[in-house]
Amino acid sequence: MSARRGLLALLPLFALPLVFATPARARVTVGSKAFPESWILGEALADRMRGEGVGNVNHRHNLGGTEIVYQALRAGSIDVYPEYTGTILEVILHAPRTWTAAQMRAALAREGIGMSDPLGFDDSYALAVTAAAQERYGLRTISDLAGHPELRLGLTHEFLGRTDGYPGLARHYGLTMPHVLGVEHELAYAALASGRIDVTDIYTTDAQIERLGLRVLEDDRRFFPRYDAVWLYRLALEREEPRALQAMRQLEGKIDETRMIRANARVVLGGQAYTASADSLLRESLGSASGVAHATPRGFGDVPGSVFRNTAQHLKLVLLSLLAAIVLGIPLGVLAARSPGLAGAILAAAGLLQTIPSLALLALLIPLLGIGVVPALVALFLYSLLPIVRNTYVGLTTIPPPLLESAATLGLSPGAQLFRIRLPLASPGIMAGIKTSAVINVGSATLAALIGAGGLGEPILSGIQLRQNGLILEGAIPAAVLALAVQKGFDLLDRLVIPKGLRLPPDPHQT
Amino acid sequence: MRFVRRQFGGRLQTGTTEPGIEIEALRKTYSGSVALDIERFSVPARQTLVLIGPSGCGKSTLLRLVVGLIRPDSGRITIGGIPMEASTRRALLLRIGYVIQEGGLFPHLTARENIALVAEDQGWERARIDARISDLLTLTSIPASLLGRYPAELSGGQRQRVALMRALMLDPEVLLMDEPLAALDPMIRAGLQRDLRRVFQTLRKTVVFVTHDLAEAAAVGDEITLLRSGRIVQRGSFRDLVESPADPFVSEFIQAQRPPDPSSQGPA
Repeated sequence: MSARRGLLALLPLFALPLVFATPARARVTVGSKAFPESWILGEALADRMRGEGVGNVNHRHNLGGTEIVYQALRAGSIDVYPEYTGTILEVILHAPRTWTAAQMRAALAREGIGMSDPLGFDDSYALAVTAAAQERYGLRTISDLAGHPELRLGLTHEFLGRTDGYPGLARHYGLTMPHVLGVEHELAYAALASGRIDVTDIYTTDAQIERLGLRVLEDDRRFFPRYDAVWLYRLALEREEPRALQAMRQLEGKIDETRMIRANARVVLGGQAYTASADSLLRESLGSASGVAHATPRGFGDVPGSVFRNTAQHLKLVLLSLLAAIVLGIPLGVLAARSPGLAGAILAAAGLLQTIPSLALLALLIPLLGIGVVPALVALFLYSLLPIVRNTYVGLTTIPPPLLESAATLGLSPGAQLFRIRLPLASPGIMAGIKTSAVINVGSATLAALIGAGGLGEPILSGIQLRQNGLILEGAIPAAVLALAVQKGFDLLDRLVIPKGLRLPPDPHQT
Repeated sequence: MRFVRRQFGGRLQTGTTEPGIEIEALRKTYSGSVALDIERFSVPARQTLVLIGPSGCGKSTLLRLVVGLIRPDSGRITIGGIPMEASTRRALLLRIGYVIQEGGLFPHLTARENIALVAEDQGWERARIDARISDLLTLTSIPASLLGRYPAELSGGQRQRVALMRALMLDPEVLLMDEPLAALDPMIRAGLQRDLRRVFQTLRKTVVFVTHDLAEAAAVGDEITLLRSGRIVQRGSFRDLVESPADPFVSEFIQAQRPPDPSSQGPA
């Protein structure tokens, strides 16, 4: 444990040059979570702020998960984002749902966070079934589910994990459903449409309800709390930029459920850019738009450009983190091979890092490093360490004893023994470790989009939310090509790094 | 002068001029059982001494103690008057050439790179290295065309010749060879034995040659020391061992190897 803390303590040091390399933070940064409603609200607020004359407004959308966005807010990486009261109580404050708004505000204020008045709509969780299932089983309320254990539930991972989600719901209603699967929210609709599942959790402002003709089951025993949309913001913003607060206030009580559902439908079903939908939402809600010209929503003409940009960003994330892992991982492997006492600690620490789930690691890093490229690089770097440290260690400790003894009896300097004998002999293993890390990194780096670091995860994430397969492929195909290219590239590098004598077939003429 | 200073890590310590090996009260045990227990043993400078005995008799252990690969439980080893200990080890190793059964050539380096490795580490200039290698090629009968090959591209006999060249590169005063020919087939082996004998006589190094083969012992060495269970049983010429064995084990060991007629063998 202390070894791991020691490593974590080193992280800020490693990240220091990168922090200085990032451009100065925008004056006000609006964040939003990784789903269209959050994007639209975030963009609408950013628009309003511009309208109020806030100079430099930046909207970082697609930040993944409540934990990540809230940590980013506390760390000051973003200044404000749209959240829901039910989520604040359950996920952020871990408080009973009987709390009043004043109690919530007081608790949040202790963390330096403010909460606005509700925006006007309640985006609660609900359970929905297909029309066919409703007819067949006569389902009307959540209580009705109890009589039909054959029903297949496809629930989002967040819903399955939250106490205000399925575990609480099942307890509250005494449900013991044998068929419960975890699925991605947007994939659940496809599963519903094709009849693979019968029930899913939805949001009440979900545009899909109408499109798929879903029936929302009545929460007859009043389990779900209210999910009133509010702004969560850094209290310091009141002092730093009062005009930003002004913009937030203007939207309080102005966005009702009908408007929100319509705004969601424009993006999810109508294929409109979320920026344009936010514009329309403002027009409907306030009778005026921002008056600030939008960047043109990207059309298909821009695809090669964005693919290139995302791929370049992806490659940058992969290679920089890999480079850092090589620079630190090989010496750690050498150290471990030198002292058996240290080997256990080093390998255990690197192994432990590997077991931290990626979202949890990102959430841990945000208080230290904020959001964006830096924490993404650090997370990728930490995940790359184990294969490199381990393979260096194994490569060095499996050199045949006669060769080690030859090296030890020639009278070579310690440096020559390491650099001319041991490391070259261990190089095939070390290269294999680097290759493993590189290929894993190409995959892991798609998660970087969740903390605003861009890359090929960006179109994948948006594509899943918008159910646009084309957009998903825009990320997935280059990622697959990149993984193959990285593998090929390192195969070529093997020829440069691994000495020719080690690549020869053993003993051609046995004499 | 520069060379001498480098060899001794800056300390002007030269020891005796005659590079003999002296061993006193040397004891090495492995988990309680005695691997080596020698009261007194010396190898006179510029002579070839063969250590022979059945496997497990301690002959390889003795060489490994001399090069400092393992540490004795007690006792003292000096080479040219300098004790082998942690502080003197590297300097002493530069005065010792050590060749093992499979040669221990580094597979990632060519023959030439293997041979030149230590000299480069010692800061020798290219021309000096080239000159030394070309001398050694003649001595060890290796065609220059083999120098660019990797160990995997050499035959077993060629590998051992290259290993010998590497051991001789710095012109050490002491040469320790641990069954260097054991893995080779008989024809190749006979040729190498002849060449080794010639090299030892030409260079007048202090040589300790370990083998389990009596004919080989007779072919390469002036003097033979027979070991058994970590102790010295008898020391003398091949003829001494055959004609006046110190105890029944010596006769038994000699009989088991069915030696050729002693009158036609032995040192000339």
